[in-house]
Amino acid sequence: MKLIDKMITCSVNDIDVNVEKGSTILEAAQKAGVNIPTLCHLNLHELDAVNQSANCRVCVIEDEGSGRVLPACSQEVSEGMRIQTDSLKAVMARRTSLELLLSNHPRDCLTCVKNLDCELQNLSHEMNIKEIHYRGEKMNHPIDESSQAIIKDPNKCIMCRRCITMCNEVQTVGVLSPLERGFDVVAGTAFHLPLDQTSCTYCGQCVSVCPTAALAEIDATSAVWKALNDERKHTIVQVAPAVRVALGEEFGYDPGEISTGKVVSALKRLGFDTVFDTNFGADLTIVEEAKELSERIESGGTLPMLTSCCPAWVQFIEHQFPELLDVPSSCKSPQSMVGAMAKSYYAEQSGLSPADIEMVSIMPCVAKKSEAAREELSEEGYANVDQVLTTRELARMIKEAAIDFRSLPDKPFDRLLGESTGAAAIFGTTGGVIEATTRTAYEMLTGKEIGEVNFKDLRGIEGVREATIDLGERTLRVGIAHELGNARRLLEDIRDGKSDFDAIEIMACPGGCIGGGGQPYHHGDVSTLRRRAEALYRIDKDMPIRKSHENPLVKEAYEAYLGKPGSERAHRLLHTSYSAKERI
Amino acid sequence: MKKDVLDITDLDETRLVELDNYIDKITGDPEEELIHVLHFAQQQFGYLPHNLQRYVAKRLDLPSATVNGVVTFYSLFSEEPRGKYTISVCMGTACFVKGADKVLERILELTGSEKGKMSEDGLFTVEDVRCIGACGLAPVLTINEKVYGNVGVEDVDDIIRQYKRSGRRED
Ligand code: FES
Ligand code: FES
Repeated sequence: MKLIDKMITCSVNDIDVNVEKGSTILEAAQKAGVNIPTLCHLNLHELDAVNQSANCRVCVIEDEGSGRVLPACSQEVSEGMRIQTDSLKAVMARRTSLELLLSNHPRDCLTCVKNLDCELQNLSHEMNIKEIHYRGEKMNHPIDESSQAIIKDPNKCIMCRRCITMCNEVQTVGVLSPLERGFDVVAGTAFHLPLDQTSCTYCGQCVSVCPTAALAEIDATSAVWKALNDERKHTIVQVAPAVRVALGEEFGYDPGEISTGKVVSALKRLGFDTVFDTNFGADLTIVEEAKELSERIESGGTLPMLTSCCPAWVQFIEHQFPELLDVPSSCKSPQSMVGAMAKSYYAEQSGLSPADIEMVSIMPCVAKKSEAAREELSEEGYANVDQVLTTRELARMIKEAAIDFRSLPDKPFDRLLGESTGAAAIFGTTGGVIEATTRTAYEMLTGKEIGEVNFKDLRGIEGVREATIDLGERTLRVGIAHELGNARRLLEDIRDGKSDFDAIEIMACPGGCIGGGGQPYHHGDVSTLRRRAEALYRIDKDMPIRKSHENPLVKEAYEAYLGKPGSERAHRLLHTSYSAKERI
Repeated sequence: MKKDVLDITDLDETRLVELDNYIDKITGDPEEELIHVLHFAQQQFGYLPHNLQRYVAKRLDLPSATVNGVVTFYSLFSEEPRGKYTISVCMGTACFVKGADKVLERILELTGSEKGKMSEDGLFTVEDVRCIGACGLAPVLTINEKVYGNVGVEDVDDIIRQYKRSGRRED
C-alpha cells in the first residue's frame, strides 16, 4: 500500500492537518496544535495504559459537515472532515456534559484532598462554570476506609473507568470493576467488599490516575503531627530514594529536580529529631539480598530469586501465586530495615527504648502504609515503622507549616543510618534494584572487583527486560518487570517451569517507585516519570561510592552490631516471611 | 460484616457437581463464557448468592469483581433468592401519575414482602421497573410473563389471592 492511502486530510478549526488513518479527532487536534479538554480519557501508551471508555463526553466537538457533536477522544477522523472545537454548539455541549457530571458530585472542594489538584475542578474552572443548571438525585455510597492505604469515596466517582483500566489491564489485579447499572453504576469491589477483604495490592495506581478524589491515600498527617508534638517521643524519619526527585514538583520545580538537602531541611523544620535515609536501608538490603542470591546459587537453592522490596508486589504474589512463595527473597524492604535498625541498633547506641521511638517514613508509595502494618514486620511488639507519609502528604505538611521549601538550605542526613551509595539511589527506578544487587553479587560470587558498574542493559522503560551478566565461570541471567501485569507473565513462566532466570526484579508501579501511587500526580505526562528516573541515575553517577557493600556506615553496622551478612541477628532483624492469601 | 464469601458449605453439593461438569466442558475464553456459566448456575440454584459467584470466579480463574460486575449489570441475574412469581410494577411516568405507587404499596402489603426481597412463603418477589412501553394500559404490572393493564389498587387483592391459591396448590 502506498503511504498516501494511509493518510487522511482533515481540518481542525480551519487548520489543515494530515493524520494517519484511524487517528482520533483528539490526535488530529493535537497535531494541529488545538487543545480539546478531556476527562475520562487517559493515554499512557508507553506504559500500555490506555483508557478509552468515552463516557464523560467532556471532549465533544462539532463536525461541521453533519452538524453532529462527537467525542474527540474516541471518534476517528474521516477524509475531509471539518472539525470545530470552539463553535457555540461544541462549547455548549461540553458545558452540558460537565454540568451533568457536576450535578451529581459533592461540592466540598474547599476541604477535599484533591483541592487544586482535581481534574474535574480544573475543568469547571476552565469552562467557566458559574452555575449548575441541573438538579437531581445524588449518589449516596458509604466511604471505604477499611485498609491502611487507600480511601475510596464512590460519591466522587465520575465513572471514567481509569482505575478499572489500571487495576485490570495494567496490573491484572482485578479488584475493581464497574458494578450495577444505570444511575447506580460505580467502580467497586466484588460484592462491595471493603478493600481490606479483597486482594488489593495497594499499589495505588488507581489513585495515581483518579481525576477526582474518589480514590486517595489514607491520610497520616494528623497522626504524624501528633507524634511530633509529643514530648515523650523521639521522632525519626526516613526518606525513600524516589521522593527526593519528585517532591520539588509540589513546589514548582521541574520533574527530576534533585532536592535531597531541602527535604532533610524541611523535615528538621517540621520537628523531627533524627532524619535517616532509606537509601542506607537500600544498601543494607542489597548486601543481604546479594548474600542470599549467592547462597542460593552456590547451594542449589530456589532460583530465580525475586526481589522483595516492593510491598504491592509482595501482596500480589501472596494473593495471586500462593504456590510460589519460596521465590521472593526473604529480605525486608529498605523501609522496614531502616525501621528495624533504628529501633534496635540506633536505639541501643543512643540510649533509647524502642517504646520511645516514633518511626515515620516518607514514601512514594501508598502500599508502604499497608506494609508498615504487617505483623511480620515488627520486633517484640514494636512495629518497624509506625507511620508512612506519601510524597504528597509530606508536601501538604510542609505547606501547612508555611515552610518556604524553595529557600531552604541543604542539610545532610543524620549519622548512623544516614549515608548511602549510588547503588541505593537507583532503587527508586525500574531495573535499579537488580543493577545494585548485581554490583554486589558480582564481587561476592567472583571475589573480584567489578570493572564497569553501569549496566545499561538493565535500564529503560520497557515492561519486561532481560540481561546476561558474565561472572567468569558462570553467567547470571537477570530479568526485570515493572507493572504487575508484566510481573504476572514472568510468574506464570516460573510456575510452568519455563523460566531460566537466576534473579528477577519486580516493581509494581510503572517506571518503579518514581511512578509510585504516592507521588505528585503526573496527570498523564509520562515524561515526568522519565525525568525522575534520569535524576536517580544522576545521583548514582555523582556518588563517590557506588557499591552498597562499600557503604562505610553499612560496614560499621555489621562490625558493631549485625555480625556478618546473613548472620542470625541479621536474619532476625532484616528478614521476613510471606503467607498465602485468598484471591478475591 | 458480610457473610463470608469464601464459605460454600451452604451450597447444595449435587448442584455444585452439575455446575462443575458444565464448567469442565468449556473450551472457549472464560470471560466470554461467563454469562453462560452464570445462566446455568442460576438455573441450578435459583439465584446467584455471593459465595456462588465467587466459586464461579475461582473455577473460571476470573476476578470476583468481574463476575459480580456482570451479575449486577444484567437484570436477568439475581443475587437474591426469587419467589415463584416475580411481580414487576411499572413506575414509568404514565403509570406513576395513575397511581402505580399505591398499587406497589398494596402488593407489598399483601405479599408481606420488601421490595426486591422474596416473600417469606417463597411465592413472590416484588420489584419496580422503568417504563415497559405499555403506557396506554397504565398502570401496568407483569407477573412472570403475564401482563396486567389498568390495575387499580382495588384489583390487587383479587390478583394476589389468585396467585397465592394456585401457588399453594402446585406445591
Ligand atoms: S474524554 Fe472523551 S468522552 Fe471522556
Ligand atoms: S491493586 Fe488495588 S490499588 Fe492497585
